[in-house]
Amino acid sequence: MAQYRMDWQGQKLAEQLMQIMLLAFAVIAFVSGYVMASFKMMVLIYAVGVVLTTLLTVPNWPFYNRHALIWLDPSEAEKHPKPQPSANVTQKKKPVKK
Amino acid sequence: MHSLGYRANALLTFAVTILALMCGMASLSDNFNSPSPSAQVQVLNINWFQKQPNSNDEVSMTLNISADLQSLFTWNTKQVFVFLAAEYETPKHSLIQISLWDGIIPSKEHAKFWIHTSNKYRFIDQGSNLRGKEYNLTMHWHVMPKTGKMFADKIVMQGYRLPEEYR
Repeated sequence: MAQYRMDWQGQKLAEQLMQIMLLAFAVIAFVSGYVMASFKMMVLIYAVGVVLTTLLTVPNWPFYNRHALIWLDPSEAEKHPKPQPSANVTQKKKPVKK
Repeated sequence: MHSLGYRANALLTFAVTILALMCGMASLSDNFNSPSPSAQVQVLNINWFQKQPNSNDEVSMTLNISADLQSLFTWNTKQVFVFLAAEYETPKHSLIQISLWDGIIPSKEHAKFWIHTSNKYRFIDQGSNLRGKEYNLTMHWHVMPKTGKMFADKIVMQGYRLPEEYR
């Protein structure tokens, strides 16, 4: 795996793919079961669909990492230091202690 | 969707919700079934008809029960529970129902049947009201689904009468 987490575009793709695949398999399963007059067939087709969807959308496949996040270069980051806590905050406390 | 656990949970929850909806739809589809069952019962013989020591009447009879309940079965039917009840009225009670026989039909193939049997359950009246009594034989059934709503209905067969005297 390229990264240990999916990038944002990959996450969106995974979510959409999961929802569409599950719904599609549900429709196919119900229609097939109804037409074949077999409840067992409906459950079987749906179960296969759930397994396929799991294999395709849950693991972090490479095609979910095609729009890698661009992190700031370290040298650039040094030019913009993290803001420090304001000096006023520490001064306020001292008068109270006295 | 940022981690494997998150995705697995989302998938499982959605999949189970959809499964529940599919079962609901399967149950609703049973409403499109318009069954046309038929049944017939012959009382072949009154084996005996006595007044018990506790002054209850009891009758034993041999029945020939035939029925075609195939049209009750849908793709969502697990089994059909069928029972035959004798129905009559007395001065004290407006309707008395006594179950004489029951059975479970596991599949459509078994739903067209005839059976020659004595009453499986005892036909006892609490009192001595059965002499010369006119009664109906009603076949009741419960269509038990694989998922969802159970349907129940019956066929009333009239015109049966018990003997005037004990035998």
